[in-house]
Amino acid sequence: MSRPMVTYKPSDEVDFVIVGSGAAGGVLAKELSTNGFRVVVLEQGEYLREKDFTHDETKIFVQSLLTNKVNTHPITFRKSASETARKQQSVLYGSCVGGSSVHFTANFWRFHEIDFKEHSKVGDIPGANFADWPISYADLEPYYTKVEWEVGVSGLAGSSPFDPPRSKPYPMPPLPVKGNGVIFERGCRKLGYHAYPAPMAILSQPRAGRAACMNCGFCLGFGCEVGAKSTSLSSVIPMAEKTGRCEIRPNCYVSRIETDKNGRAVGAVYFDAQRNSHLQKAKAVILAANGAETPRLLLLSASNQFPAGLANSSGYVGKNFMPNSSALAYGTFDEQLNDYKGPAVSRIMHDFYELDPKLGLYGGGGLDARFDFTPISFALNGLPPDTPKWGTGFKQALAHNFTRTMQIFCHGTSLPVESNCFSLDPDVKDAWGLPALRMTFRDHPNDLKMMEWMRARAMEILDAAGAKTKWSFPVEEQQFAVHLLGTCRMGDDPKKSVINSDHRTHDVKNLFLCDGSSLVTSGRGQPTMTIQALAYRAADRITALAKRGEISA
Amino acid sequence: MNSFYSARRDFLQLLGGTASAAWLTANWPALVSAAEHAHQAAKSGTPALEIFTADQAREVEALAACIIPSDETAGAREAGVVYFIDRALKTFFSEALPVYQKGLEAVQKTTAELFPGIARFSAATEEQKLKIFSHIVQESERPESGARRLAPGASPDFFQTLRIHTIFGFLVDPEGGGNRDFVGWKAIGRDPSHSFSAPFGFYDKDYPGWQPVSGETEKK
Repeated sequence: MSRPMVTYKPSDEVDFVIVGSGAAGGVLAKELSTNGFRVVVLEQGEYLREKDFTHDETKIFVQSLLTNKVNTHPITFRKSASETARKQQSVLYGSCVGGSSVHFTANFWRFHEIDFKEHSKVGDIPGANFADWPISYADLEPYYTKVEWEVGVSGLAGSSPFDPPRSKPYPMPPLPVKGNGVIFERGCRKLGYHAYPAPMAILSQPRAGRAACMNCGFCLGFGCEVGAKSTSLSSVIPMAEKTGRCEIRPNCYVSRIETDKNGRAVGAVYFDAQRNSHLQKAKAVILAANGAETPRLLLLSASNQFPAGLANSSGYVGKNFMPNSSALAYGTFDEQLNDYKGPAVSRIMHDFYELDPKLGLYGGGGLDARFDFTPISFALNGLPPDTPKWGTGFKQALAHNFTRTMQIFCHGTSLPVESNCFSLDPDVKDAWGLPALRMTFRDHPNDLKMMEWMRARAMEILDAAGAKTKWSFPVEEQQFAVHLLGTCRMGDDPKKSVINSDHRTHDVKNLFLCDGSSLVTSGRGQPTMTIQALAYRAADRITALAKRGEISA
Repeated sequence: MNSFYSARRDFLQLLGGTASAAWLTANWPALVSAAEHAHQAAKSGTPALEIFTADQAREVEALAACIIPSDETAGAREAGVVYFIDRALKTFFSEALPVYQKGLEAVQKTTAELFPGIARFSAATEEQKLKIFSHIVQESERPESGARRLAPGASPDFFQTLRIHTIFGFLVDPEGGGNRDFVGWKAIGRDPSHSFSAPFGFYDKDYPGWQPVSGETEKK
């Protein structure tokens, strides 16, 4: 397998040090190294390859092979600032080269035009810190297209009447339909909704030296053994390494961004695998560590000069956290779907993307038809609630339902609420003695109401599709997040945002942020596509600034 | 939250019932070692027990068989669940050993109370076992409250612990040290193959290809 073609010493002042190798960090590394810059990417996790991936659920579920490890990186949670947070794994993110893109489901929706300017359309919402983006869908469209063609997205252009404009079709046809998709289409059609092939970051055809999907069914939570899933690891990172200017350095836990007396970033301080500390010097620093760890790192980088944390003159670092809202409905059918085969999702619908204001709900969502269970997670969570928990009844239900169950997943908006945030826990420390990540979160009431509405629609679709049995659970306040959005939001006003539309922090000229934290609104779920489009755009902006000499002192 | 994450969360919360989450997470890497041991043991002709005595293993095996019985298809017994659990207790889940010790004592007591003269659970008839096991489930310190609504920090519970371990041992990829010869997957209708091609099942067999919703009449 590929080895880093270049290595730098920490004392080498490279052009860019990027913290994080996930969806955004991978794209930035590829673009900037291709544009001639010398780049070091510091990744907290290991450099795993396809051969290291497995279907063993004990390694994935329990050992966190691919994700953050709370034994060394504890996380605390509380619902409001008046509570003392307690240890709880409230955040799950990728911790390996490729980041969360390695284990994600690979739903790759574009945001729609409304997501960028909804505040202007609907005005303020009580309890929400709602704003427009400083960029529009049109600004991002070329980069969405670039993601589809370079990272690799399968889909069918024009199949949704609600899709935003696009400049090019998808590079590959959709993945094969599954039972869930056929049934979902049937239900949607009866109700006048528009189901269409799900855009997925999984190759339906061999492409760029990568294999097509083999439909093994172990997508969500697992790394793809054949590289068909379009992760940063399988797509852009090899391109970055091939330039000979980019070093991906794994097992590096960044503890602070160092600044000089002029308030400029001089590099990233990190612990290596042996817990020795180094400063990787760089002309500019880019944080792409995800929407939880990027703000944490800025707060950890507080100094006399930046007492509230780096790039935090607005006080917005870590604030306005949005995890997206969700609800699930389950159905069983007479015949076998065998939905354990193939990628989880095969059809989606966006009829509810912009809800009728008459409903009294803000935002909207998208529904997908899926089966995202593994055998073990199905036995734990996939059976109707009234199923016996043991014995012949349990076993028979498992044997009958495993091949006959599907789900409808409702994804939706999270409103930005300023008090929903990531901050440093004052009491709990990680294994390196640094303050632990603390999550403070309570859903905006609109989001819970909206999801309840969406859940009822999902049940109707299952009914219309002829489900033999169906069930669902009331929407509850969330205490666990994988979409980490909005915590260093982009904006023109330095008092109300952390970065400008070039992804440059308002406060530090040579410090840039690009990941889920950059988002101003949460879309309707499925943020990775937008995070990668932003990363491609950010790379263009940063390259232009660097070439004009506007980053260097 | 999708099924993967909720299962993972519930798994941690369940385990939190018998071991603190902090303890558990500190011992996660050991699970892999446990799984690998179990895999080796499962592969060898005569798996060795490292924690359970032969008598205890017979009891645990009989109890796991109540959760996933053997009938026309394989159950916990054929999948080698007891060996998966034995290695788990040897390594990553050693803190749960008292739960098993206490649990087995309670089973013995219940057996003697309900059926005086029966020396141990595994020696009871199938009908008697069902009665005893039902009693154990009822007596479970934390009654079932729905798979998605498990309270964190719940008290140690033998039935819950045994149930989750049995499910893991029955359905884990054999690489993880259970599900011997894929008998668990076969029992739930999962083809053990590593790759598949469409069509996958009944409903997509004759799919004509995606068609747009025709006309406005179908629109709401």
